[in-house]
Amino acid sequence: MANLDDLYREIILDHYRSPRNRGELAPPAHRTEGFNPLCGDEIVIYVQIEDGVLTDIKLTGHGCSISQSSSSLMSTAVKGKPLEHVRATIATFKDLMMTRETKLGEEATDPSGEANLRRLGELAALAGVVKFPVRIKCATLAWNTLTQALDEVDA
Amino acid sequence: MTRFDPKLVRGDIPLMNRVINGRPITYLDSGASSLTPRSVIEAMDRYYQFHHANVHRGVYQTANEATAIYEGARESAAHFLNAPGGSEEIVFTKNATESFNLLARSWGAAFLQPGDVVLVSEMEHHANIVPWFQLRESHGVEVRFIPVTDDYRLDLSNIEESMHGVKLVSVTAMSNVLGTINPIRELANLAHSHGALLAVDGAQSVAHLATDLVALDADFMIFSAHKMLGPTGLGVFWTRQEIMAAMPPFLGGGGMIKDVSTDGFTPASGPSKFEAGTPPIAQAAGFAAAVRYLEGLGMENIAAHEKDLTGDALTRLALEFDGRVRVIGPPDTEARGGVISLDVQGVHPHDVAQVLDQFGVCVRPGHHCAKPLMKRFGLAATARASFGPYSLVSDTDALLEALTHAVEMFG
Repeated sequence: MANLDDLYREIILDHYRSPRNRGELAPPAHRTEGFNPLCGDEIVIYVQIEDGVLTDIKLTGHGCSISQSSSSLMSTAVKGKPLEHVRATIATFKDLMMTRETKLGEEATDPSGEANLRRLGELAALAGVVKFPVRIKCATLAWNTLTQALDEVDA
Repeated sequence: MTRFDPKLVRGDIPLMNRVINGRPITYLDSGASSLTPRSVIEAMDRYYQFHHANVHRGVYQTANEATAIYEGARESAAHFLNAPGGSEEIVFTKNATESFNLLARSWGAAFLQPGDVVLVSEMEHHANIVPWFQLRESHGVEVRFIPVTDDYRLDLSNIEESMHGVKLVSVTAMSNVLGTINPIRELANLAHSHGALLAVDGAQSVAHLATDLVALDADFMIFSAHKMLGPTGLGVFWTRQEIMAAMPPFLGGGGMIKDVSTDGFTPASGPSKFEAGTPPIAQAAGFAAAVRYLEGLGMENIAAHEKDLTGDALTRLALEFDGRVRVIGPPDTEARGGVISLDVQGVHPHDVAQVLDQFGVCVRPGHHCAKPLMKRFGLAATARASFGPYSLVSDTDALLEALTHAVEMFG
């Protein structure tokens, strides 16, 4: 049985209660909106990119604890990082969600999963989300929106 | 009629035996789909085991039996609704949403001119909004909204001024978010006095309040079987015979024709005109059994039982959470049904529902396909609990216990 504590780790509740990098950035920062039409969650991401580095990121919007904490954790993981690092982090996180979604029950012995967890650091707190399949979309909303933002600025 | 024993009703529902996360299921999502009595399941089983054949065509015995079952369900629906013109006024569709599309695409497209107004309300389900926006795109009709007051009722204070150009008023009998019961007879009088027709979304009301189409004086009534203890896959569309006769067919194919040649086709008359293809026969058998079940309990009794449950739940929610749990809907049980939308301060509805699931409590988080209403009240979503005839005060106990945990967890 999936346990609620797997989902609502303390670090997730902390980021939900005190979201990091909340707010807006003025142009020329790029603004991208993301929606989860099923539950009504919305996110707006502002990214500032200079010389191949994501120098600043801000977020607004509303949603559940999973979508809000995921976006907050994401912002701390990518802020100030070179874009190739940002892209790699997005890929690793999404891989974690996908891997676990398709190989439920095998995760403890899945070596790529363990490697993912180590690389993700604090983000690994979200790993428990995959035990609650309907919540995966909550966790990935911010990441898909960030991908869209990077694609839009062709970075 | 004496009140039924809801514990016996619960005993008729096989799914009530489920254990979820180590606890007996607390099903509080009847507003999304009601649970199915054994007699409904058995009626569908009997069709498949003994009477399975297609309807309206065969001459052999089981085909005649299948036709009798299917047409009998139409009779059941007409009786249940007190349809003034009998079973010839009942069309079976796939669901309530398809019934609304039938209304818009057939009646709306044939009889509404560019600039004609369809008056809906801010508390409608998307099924009673989107088809009208589609008709706006294809036929240039105007879609106008009756506002909702701060105390969750239709705002009819300026309704006379809103009636200019209105050809159809289309309103829910009971809000699927607020629980608000709307004054259908009053709206019928209003519509008719302006030469307009009235369509009623009965999806939330038919299983919880007695429906008398003669008394309501509506012109269209739409609902689905699966919200009234019946199976999924069957919707109902009712209209008066003279209106139905004038409506052009909606979906084309077998079963809806009188004649077809290489030159063209002549549509069938009566409900068949709108029932292209093999209809939901097993579902019709189940639907008729659901109607029998509800009539056996008595709709007045069901309404009284659910009113008691709702009053108890509203009182305890107000007492036990010190304002942290807000009910989005009227506080007065005379004005509302057993649909209770909750806004828990500091806890997103998805998280509320997730914590409740851990206690086996089934509620629905989200916008409930009523985004204009959500926007009206500045909400993205609510967590909605809703009762059925099988609901007990112990369900409310479980809801409150689980809610307490949700509030504590998110502090």
